[in-house]
Amino acid sequence: MRWLLQKDLLILGRSRMLVALLIVYPVLIALLIGFAISRSPSRPRVAIVDATPAGETVKVGSERVEVSQYAEHLFSQVQPVSVASRAQAIDKVKSAEVLAAVVIPPDIAARISSGTAQGELEVIYNGNALEQSIVQSQLSSALAQANLGFSEQIQQAAAKAIDLLLRGGNLGVLGAPGNLIGLDEIPPLLHGIVARQRPGADRAALERISGFADFAAQNLSVSKNVLSTVGEPIRVRSTLLHGRRTPLNTFAVVVAVSVSLMFVCVLLAAGGVALEREEHALPRLVRGLVSREVLLAEKGSLAAGCSFAVAFALLAGVGAFVALDWSRVGLWLAALALASLAFGALGVAIGALAREVRAASLLAFVLTLPLAFLALVPSGSGAAGLYETIGAVSFVFPFKASLQALDAAVNGASPSIWVSLVHLAGLTIVFGALARVGLRRVD
Amino acid sequence: MSTVLSVRAVVKRYGELEALRGISFDAEAGEVVAVVGPNGAGKTTLLSIIAGTQRPSEGSVTGPAPAAGAGSAVGWAPQQPALYAKLSVAENLRLFARLERVADPEQAVGRMLAQSGLSERADERLDRLSGGNRQRVNVAIGLIADPPVLALDEPSASLDPGQRERLWEFICGLAKKGTSVVFSSHNVGEAQRYAGRVIVLDEGDLLFDGTPQALMRETGQGESADFERAFVAFLAERGRR
Repeated sequence: MRWLLQKDLLILGRSRMLVALLIVYPVLIALLIGFAISRSPSRPRVAIVDATPAGETVKVGSERVEVSQYAEHLFSQVQPVSVASRAQAIDKVKSAEVLAAVVIPPDIAARISSGTAQGELEVIYNGNALEQSIVQSQLSSALAQANLGFSEQIQQAAAKAIDLLLRGGNLGVLGAPGNLIGLDEIPPLLHGIVARQRPGADRAALERISGFADFAAQNLSVSKNVLSTVGEPIRVRSTLLHGRRTPLNTFAVVVAVSVSLMFVCVLLAAGGVALEREEHALPRLVRGLVSREVLLAEKGSLAAGCSFAVAFALLAGVGAFVALDWSRVGLWLAALALASLAFGALGVAIGALAREVRAASLLAFVLTLPLAFLALVPSGSGAAGLYETIGAVSFVFPFKASLQALDAAVNGASPSIWVSLVHLAGLTIVFGALARVGLRRVD
Repeated sequence: MSTVLSVRAVVKRYGELEALRGISFDAEAGEVVAVVGPNGAGKTTLLSIIAGTQRPSEGSVTGPAPAAGAGSAVGWAPQQPALYAKLSVAENLRLFARLERVADPEQAVGRMLAQSGLSERADERLDRLSGGNRQRVNVAIGLIADPPVLALDEPSASLDPGQRERLWEFICGLAKKGTSVVFSSHNVGEAQRYAGRVIVLDEGDLLFDGTPQALMRETGQGESADFERAFVAFLAERGRR
């Protein structure tokens, strides 16, 4: 195996394009992913046109909420770019300086205060269907957060107004008399007056008024709770059934590393075996100089070694941009090693079927790319039967197991890394055996 | 002379097709045996079985036992050069010398470079050599372990007349030193000139095994007649062509 390995390394070293690709590829991908993750705006950049007059307020009973508070809520959810007019906002959207623009119209306060009409915002964006979808989803989320914040302000103002009605005092409303009696104080006063009245029509009328006052005081005191329920009718409490949450950016790193590992390893292994056929050297080698098992092990190991180094370099490179837990590096290496071996075995199995390097490369590419996509299909995104089929296909190829092993190694995600490592070891044996069967034919 | 190669009742089937039907012959040390026949006769299949790259469906091939620790006792040069294009001449020779577990690989590389006349091109990559020179390296690799039996499949197919002449000088020199050479060829003239024995195959059957002169006599032509014409007449007489 030693001489064969030396020969393949020599040939690999002379394939300058391939070596350059092996070195440049991980560096380039690491930089791209790193910059994409570290520089991507967590909040969308949005132009905001606040056309409301300065100091405009929404009146809630005796309370007032400044409309500028809504803009402040919105500003906290996006990267705001203040612009003076709708036309300027459109220019910024067109020039892609901002993802979208939000126009707060001058009559928004009047509409909210009217109690009969909703305030309306105008959202301006452009781009293709995908961009529109992303912008819409990001902006909807930001607007929902801003709406929620603003409705809390209004809710607090409404609760304060109700408190004043219950407790009495100075309502602060123009024309209202000072030191008004509170609704809470009316029932005991009425009870006293009723008790002092002689039975008759007046007392009966007072008893009816007293009953209403009791009812009104009790119900107004619970209306504050009703307001909070209306403000946020459903509060979401998340429960993760198993495992731990993988941050999206580190999962993206894991996906990128797995895809790179897969391509480098499968293409090298498949190409290495196919090269022996293409050069007509296979019959010469296997007629007693090298056993087929050794030949396959050598090709698989070489591809696994190269892809392992590339994937680790990629992971370490991305680690410069994204916070990765380096204390788990032992687990990373274990996951990368087993994944490399499984992909190496898949590669030699593909190479054993092909007669030439180009055919092997094409076959490797055509086979692995869809499998990688299938492995990324989330559960519940298709019909149950379809997902089970996808799951079965993903199970018999190494991509999903590699992804899970690496995710578990890097992020501590479930299932346990050991399950994935055993799965990968099993796939290595299965594809190795298939490669041996494929290499029976030497011509 | 002693028998170094014994082919006994060799049959090779590919599914329904019988590529070889009960082929038997022996080769002595230092003998040069030509296997001739039209396309599809089974020449390459027979050479591959002798070289050990294919197994016979029936029958056996008995060659000399390989030396202790050595790779193979039968040297083999396939029809298409089995070489690595990105390696130099010397690197190809060195690789196979090591895989054949030759005692002194560097000495074997030097010897084969000298014998094949490629010493000055030792460091040139194979993909920069002519077809003829590649074939010389291909044959040299078959000889690198100094095997007692050499199986050559169409060794001179892509060589110009000068290269062909040098190759045969080289092969005949090996035979004089005791190497048994079995080669296949389309060129029956080569078989007449360089082989002591001719085996004629057609559609998997062994039709003739004897000297070129005996084949000429078999067709009723004098020994000075054209060998190629005699060969064609031989096949025609047997209703083969």
